[in-house]
Amino acid sequence: MSTAVTAEQVEKVVVESLATFGADPDQITPEATFEALDVDSLDLAELSQIVHEQFGVELKGSDVAEVKSVEDAVQLIASRL
Amino acid sequence: MSSSAQMEAIVVTGVGAVTPLGVGARTLHERWCAGECGIAGGEGACADFEPKDFLSAKEVRRADRFTQLAIAACAEALADAGWRDGEPDGRGSSAPYDPERIGCVLGTGIGGIQTLVDGQDTLRERGSQYVSPLSVPLMMSNAGAGALSMRHDLRGPSFAVSSACASGAHAIGSALRMLQCGEADAVVAGGSEAGLTPLARAAFSALDALSQTGVSRPFDARRDGFVMGEGAAVMVLERAGAASARGARVLGTVRGYGASSDAHHLTAPRDDGRGQAAAMTAALADAGVAAEQIDYVNAHGTSTPLNDRAETQAIKLALGEHAMRIPVSSTKSAIGHLLGAAGAVEAVATLLALRDRIAPPTLGLSEPDEGLDLDYVPGAARPLTRGGNGDSAERGADGPVLALSNSFGFGGHNAVLCLEAA
Repeated sequence: MSTAVTAEQVEKVVVESLATFGADPDQITPEATFEALDVDSLDLAELSQIVHEQFGVELKGSDVAEVKSVEDAVQLIASRL
Repeated sequence: MSSSAQMEAIVVTGVGAVTPLGVGARTLHERWCAGECGIAGGEGACADFEPKDFLSAKEVRRADRFTQLAIAACAEALADAGWRDGEPDGRGSSAPYDPERIGCVLGTGIGGIQTLVDGQDTLRERGSQYVSPLSVPLMMSNAGAGALSMRHDLRGPSFAVSSACASGAHAIGSALRMLQCGEADAVVAGGSEAGLTPLARAAFSALDALSQTGVSRPFDARRDGFVMGEGAAVMVLERAGAASARGARVLGTVRGYGASSDAHHLTAPRDDGRGQAAAMTAALADAGVAAEQIDYVNAHGTSTPLNDRAETQAIKLALGEHAMRIPVSSTKSAIGHLLGAAGAVEAVATLLALRDRIAPPTLGLSEPDEGLDLDYVPGAARPLTRGGNGDSAERGADGPVLALSNSFGFGGHNAVLCLEAA
């Protein structure tokens, strides 16, 4: 995958995806937990598809199970770019 | 098993519906009885239904349209039963029963067909890795029952029933049995369908089942098939004693339920109506009432050549000469055929009609087909007389009125409810 992708771009995609899933856009900050945002396993399965399409990064269920916040998700994805 | 007549009565304390005549059970009742038709462009769409009035953005994404319709109908039914304290979006419950003793049975003929189609489109156009993880949880036919149980904390038995166009009636019948055998103290039951998709249109058209003129006119010589509709209805059922103890307003009673199978053909009813008549007779026996006590029949009345002829035979077989003395009409003349929701929607419409002592009309009927000679209440509603046109003096004009609500599905499934209102 292109090395031109930045963490900021990843964050933008994650934030936009979560908003599409129905999370309150005003509450989607890097520190926000998925619990607070009411993001569940189905949302993360959808997010994994989007991340794969956009960045070619494959996330498995066991990967996202450890992800608890927006920041965690962005870091995990960015680390695999 | 004892008949319903020998057991504690099961009463209806709340109803809700979303239909092509609008949002609301009483909207359906009042508009149908006023002779208004919800069919436009050859289909019965719930054009007034706005999912976001009932669901958050997230919930809208998490529910196929058939589930969305069920959620709206259920919110109305629970509020009508006095089960919740009026949250506008209908979440939660202040049900007067232990949540673990509240069941939920929702009928659907097809389930989430639009979700299925979307998944297939994605698979073909983009590849398997892009098929949404929401596909299965949205399209499964039990998605509606699951959504209602989660939304209102209904922790008793919960499932979908599926018998094509009899699903809604089978769901209410199953709920009745669930209460009678002690599996639950209250049951939220109904039916839902959202099949207005190009795939369903093409599939039903291929069977010659859909009206090519786009007109629903049951029992008319010019009828040429059913008009597809969408919608949902939900009833709250409780035991009479418990409903009375909590001071609930009782809308009516599910007096009996009968079901049978034609065991004849995948789509065609028996010409002689015997399978359908067997379900009607079983419902009468279960209710412990004689044919002469029935004041109204809400017909399945699909507007297909085969159904309306066979059903007329069935009504005559089950009710004998009394069939000629009472009004028989079809809700599908006003809203089209709501498939798996039809039985529940029509049970709600029947109950409200009994309460108001009105025989709703069969719209669009002006030239009854040869041999179809029952009183189909053509064109306009009229007062419902106890005992029909004949021996009302025997029963007296005062007292509760009774109806049968017929539902018959592809596969030869027949389900009939006997309903009563004071």
